[in-house]
Amino acid sequence: MNEDLIPMLLTGFGETLYMVVLSTVAAVVLGLPLGVLVVITSTGHVLESPRLNRVLGTVINITRSFPFIIMIVLLLPLSRFLVGTTLGATAAAVPLSIAAAPFLARIIENSLKEVDRGKVEAALAMGATPLQIVRKVLIPEALSSLVLGLTLAVITITGFTATAGAIGAGGLGSLAIRYGYMRYREDVMFATVLILVIFVQGVQWSGDRLARRINRNQHRLG
Amino acid sequence: MITIDSLNKQYHTPRGSYHALRDVTLQVKKGDIFGIIGLSGAGKSTLIRCLNRLEEPDSGSIVIDGREITGLATHELRDARKKIGMIFQHFNLLDSRTVQGNVAFPLELAGFPRKEITRRVAEILDLVGLSDKAGSYPAQLSGGQKQRVGIARALANHPEVLLSDEATSALDPQTTRSILELLADINRKLGLTIVLITHEMSVIRQICGKVAVLDRGEIVESGPVDAVFSAPSSATMRLFLEHSTLLQGSGAGI
Ligand SMILES: Nc1ncnc2c1ncn2[C@@H]1O[C@H](COP(=O)(O)OP(=O)(O)O)[C@@H](O)[C@H]1O
Ligand SMILES: [Mg+2]
Repeated sequence: MNEDLIPMLLTGFGETLYMVVLSTVAAVVLGLPLGVLVVITSTGHVLESPRLNRVLGTVINITRSFPFIIMIVLLLPLSRFLVGTTLGATAAAVPLSIAAAPFLARIIENSLKEVDRGKVEAALAMGATPLQIVRKVLIPEALSSLVLGLTLAVITITGFTATAGAIGAGGLGSLAIRYGYMRYREDVMFATVLILVIFVQGVQWSGDRLARRINRNQHRLG
Repeated sequence: MITIDSLNKQYHTPRGSYHALRDVTLQVKKGDIFGIIGLSGAGKSTLIRCLNRLEEPDSGSIVIDGREITGLATHELRDARKKIGMIFQHFNLLDSRTVQGNVAFPLELAGFPRKEITRRVAEILDLVGLSDKAGSYPAQLSGGQKQRVGIARALANHPEVLLSDEATSALDPQTTRSILELLADINRKLGLTIVLITHEMSVIRQICGKVAVLDRGEIVESGPVDAVFSAPSSATMRLFLEHSTLLQGSGAGI
């Protein structure tokens, strides 16, 4: 049986990768505006709005408090509506991205909050619009920290895909459950875990490297 | 010309209200270097930040070059701000941008074409003596160099007024002197009106033509620097003078 292990793992890894990439992109599309809005609507910021800020904060907290497995079940109708099915990697990307978006929003919020208020003030004094402040001040100044946050999100989403795999999403998680757990194939179990460990390490290493590179200019002493 | 009329500003905190500016009335002539001096907490920053409405005054009016700043709608205020340069105690440069990129920033905001930006940035860096640092990042510069970048950035879009909020307070005396010389030089060359706040007598003495003394939110005296220094009428100014002669006497040499 060992000869079909490799293609099986490759397919599984491909599905996992596909889910991670798709969900990360969708989570960024949802989470970035959310995180940015939470920051700029906070007290004393460029688009101060206590009410909107409170609403957004509550939405984030509520979505974050759902256990992921419950989230999947709750979002089954949405997956069916958007993708046409509740099975497979694309369908799984729906709950994955919706679960990851508020998490990512908080990470982004924390990064952007670190940007010195003086820089924002200087830009305001030069006549910048709130959008220009987001695009030209907050994001570039927080970039290395944002990259680290995104790295963390990718790794968290990778973990989520394993859970999603347990209930029909495909990917390495699904292999581990179907073969490793149900059919006592320890080699499959071991191989999937090994691939995931290597993948997570690789993501972390790349993220760290990229963040360091961005940081180097800003903190290089001449 | 800047006309400030009966400006009031209160801060409301959970612990109560604080009257940071009380009926402040001032006139700054075009081309002047106008100093505002006061102790820490006197309301200097509040006052200068009202001039470009980084702080919203509660009442009173501010007119700069015939334009009533206090009456502008948000988008008009943004346009007005593009013609009011500001420099800060902690420079507030963007660490992710080079010197060149920092000075280009206000020009990008104003929508200038790339070529024009490059030309203007080179010109202004030459004016502040930083042409050789165009490609450096702020982290690679000394405090004095950073403030030169701040000044270049503030001047890039041909402002009519330059606001300086304790711009030399984070610098050593020698660097302070060179930055003040640069400001005086710019004032002469460009005929730029400069409003400068400080808690240091020496700064006023070195470059200001007129001075106003702010004490607990009120202007307690104002006039030409020579007159105010030789015959101070307020207790605050006398205290300031006493303090600075004391330091001079003991050889600290302000
Ligand atoms: N945002 C704020 N909220 C509440 N109080 C403030 C705020 N900013 C300044 N103040 C108070 O107003 C007074 C004047 O402050 P400021 O204008 O910064 O003084 P200065 O620049 O002369 O040191 C101080 O007592 C300060 O504590
Ligand atoms: Mg101050």
